[in-house]
Amino acid sequence: MDALILARIQFAANISFHILFPTITIALGWVLLFFKLRFNATGDEKWMEAYRFWVKVFALSFALGVVSGITMSFQFGTNWPGFMERVGNIAGPLLAYEVLTAFFLEATFLGIMLFGWKRVPGWVHTGATFLVAFGTTMSAFWILVLNSWMHTPQGFEMRDGVAHATDWFAIVFNPSMPYRLAHMLMASALTVAFLLAGMSAWRWLRGDRAPSVMAVLRTGVVMAAVGAPTQLLLGDMHGLNTLEHQPAKVAAMEGNWETRGHVPLLLFAIPDEAARGNRFEIGIPSGASLILRHSAAGEVPGLNDFRGEHPPVAPVFYAFRVMVGTGMLMIAFGLGGAVLLWRRGSLPRFVMWGLVAMTFSGWVATLAGWYVTEIGRQPWLVTGVLTTAQAAGPVPAASIGATLAMYLVLYALLLVAYVGTLYRLAAKGRMAPDAAPGLKGVPA
Amino acid sequence: MTPFLPPEWLPVVFAGLMALSILLYVVLDGFDLGVGILLPRMQAEADRDRMIAAIGPFWDANETWLVLGVGLLLVAFPAAHGLILTELYLAVAVMLVGLTLRGVAFEFRAKAQDLRQKRRWDHAFVAGSLVSALSQGWMLGRYVLGFAEGWAATGFAAMAAVGLAIAYAFIGAAWLIWRTEGELQRAAIGWARAAIWPMGIGILLVSAVTPLVSPRIFERWFAFPEVFLLAPLPIVTAALLLGIASLLRHMPLPNDALRRVPFWGAVALFALFFAGLAWSFFPYVVPERLTIWQSASAPESLSLILAGAIFVLPVILAYTVLAWRIFGGKARDLTYY
Repeated sequence: MDALILARIQFAANISFHILFPTITIALGWVLLFFKLRFNATGDEKWMEAYRFWVKVFALSFALGVVSGITMSFQFGTNWPGFMERVGNIAGPLLAYEVLTAFFLEATFLGIMLFGWKRVPGWVHTGATFLVAFGTTMSAFWILVLNSWMHTPQGFEMRDGVAHATDWFAIVFNPSMPYRLAHMLMASALTVAFLLAGMSAWRWLRGDRAPSVMAVLRTGVVMAAVGAPTQLLLGDMHGLNTLEHQPAKVAAMEGNWETRGHVPLLLFAIPDEAARGNRFEIGIPSGASLILRHSAAGEVPGLNDFRGEHPPVAPVFYAFRVMVGTGMLMIAFGLGGAVLLWRRGSLPRFVMWGLVAMTFSGWVATLAGWYVTEIGRQPWLVTGVLTTAQAAGPVPAASIGATLAMYLVLYALLLVAYVGTLYRLAAKGRMAPDAAPGLKGVPA
Repeated sequence: MTPFLPPEWLPVVFAGLMALSILLYVVLDGFDLGVGILLPRMQAEADRDRMIAAIGPFWDANETWLVLGVGLLLVAFPAAHGLILTELYLAVAVMLVGLTLRGVAFEFRAKAQDLRQKRRWDHAFVAGSLVSALSQGWMLGRYVLGFAEGWAATGFAAMAAVGLAIAYAFIGAAWLIWRTEGELQRAAIGWARAAIWPMGIGILLVSAVTPLVSPRIFERWFAFPEVFLLAPLPIVTAALLLGIASLLRHMPLPNDALRRVPFWGAVALFALFFAGLAWSFFPYVVPERLTIWQSASAPESLSLILAGAIFVLPVILAYTVLAWRIFGGKARDLTYY
């Protein structure tokens, strides 16, 4: 394999691993603040118990996010030196503001949030929880500004092959930013909603009847019931925005080859780029035209209009279906679960098992969504400005391959350890609120 | 944004900010990594937990200075960033694996189900700390020699790797002298005694080799009258080493007096050594190849970052001080509540 492909796989592996954890911490920070405020308001011990359990999940997720994020900060340069050379004048300040306004804030107050409970007044601890949640969200804001700018760049001019900023307001509020940011923040909320509900359902099924378990389960189900339908709406708006600015990506998402009206919404197909067509199509007639143009005859762009500069079709096409399919399941579980909880105050066992199966569904949908948008931008790294190939560096394939293998082994191990630890924490539940026997006083 | 500094000054300011971030990283994460390297010296579970508790609330923020330092290199001197990280590609990858292991081991060891599993994460913590320290020292050695190839350069890098690991162990021990008590503190005093002279030799070695391999740097240090102006640097370094070594021989003192002195002395030593390096290499960001002016980003973008940094850095320093006050004094057991 050549160095470019290896560099891309390595970066994709790293960023895929990384995004799993911020996706949890962004929303979980706010959920912890919610638990803390409920406790402050009601004095009900169950909210503090929920806080103490989920702050451990937060700390673990945060640590994994930090270490993989540090790796990313190096890989921007090692894998894509051409990126900073060409658009560093724009990417640089955005990344710098992320470090200055988010990273130090969250890292410093995390210490107070985790270990300061007995050392500071209650309001300081609540404030620290707020600042950590705020920091994670700020971090998401800056990085999504940069990512959105890479999809829909504006507010700059090229001088001697280097991008120079001309209008920072236009750069920050570039056309796809509001949609992408909202879509990602909601993705985080849904990921956490199903993590809360799934782990609580598992604890409940194992016979843990602590009041905090049902309280957290209810929180997760309500978040899902509100969030999942909202996400459908946000995703639709994001899609229409993409249609306007990156029509080739939408063509690949729909698997549509010719620009025409009455384009079906394909539920299944096998796109064949060599034959420039699909095999085994199953679709809803005029569905894509209706969604994208709000009219059955509406014209949807086709891939053949972008020959040689459209993204690889199959991965975008499949990833999009995985994301939407998972989203539909989330809507079903969210609304169904909320109705059942409202009507009978509890959930039947099979729904509990369903929630357990959905525990990490947010990861699946989030990764699939990122693959749609990032692979969908290819061959560009920055649309119309820089291709991915142009940004690659001079590091030999052997070095990239060796480090790639090292990272993959490490990430696989850490993922197993992470999921294993979550289930072990859940299994211990309230029986051992502090630490395992003999491990008293351990920094948890 | 219109530059509010003469454009030729911006690279100097950013070089200063970057140097400050890297120095802060080396000092702050240095003591974390040092404690990690020293962890296997203690066998009892309670001692190990106490050592971890002494760095638990700090390590995350400490590590963020590395992100800022590398981030500033990336955004302010992109050409140098590409060059340096290409040269150090494998060492950086090894360091990242080390930092990853170290960072997650904190969390995993605390949530281990039994002692055996906890010990396994202890190993990961120690290995991660040691590998991070060694690879950072290796990078220092390669950088100082301008990424020269060959046996001599490789040997020098290997010595720098060991030297920095020892220096981290020293500052880690000094931190423990300040932050712990009783038997653990006495053990830390012993480690600091053992590490101080090897560290001194490391400082001497790197300081001596740097001017010898580059006539330009030699000129910088030994031309007249600079040689007199610079003389305090090695003299103060030597005095500090002697002073701390003699203090360590008498520690612990009654009432735990002067418990902070070894740590702040170590900070001063790190800073002096770093200042010497900065004096040697300025204005080069890649030794003898690329100056800060040749590799700097556009002035408008640098001005925008600087405007933010001037506003935000004091805030960062303020809440860092707040966190240090909250977790001041001797380390206690860490629990979430």
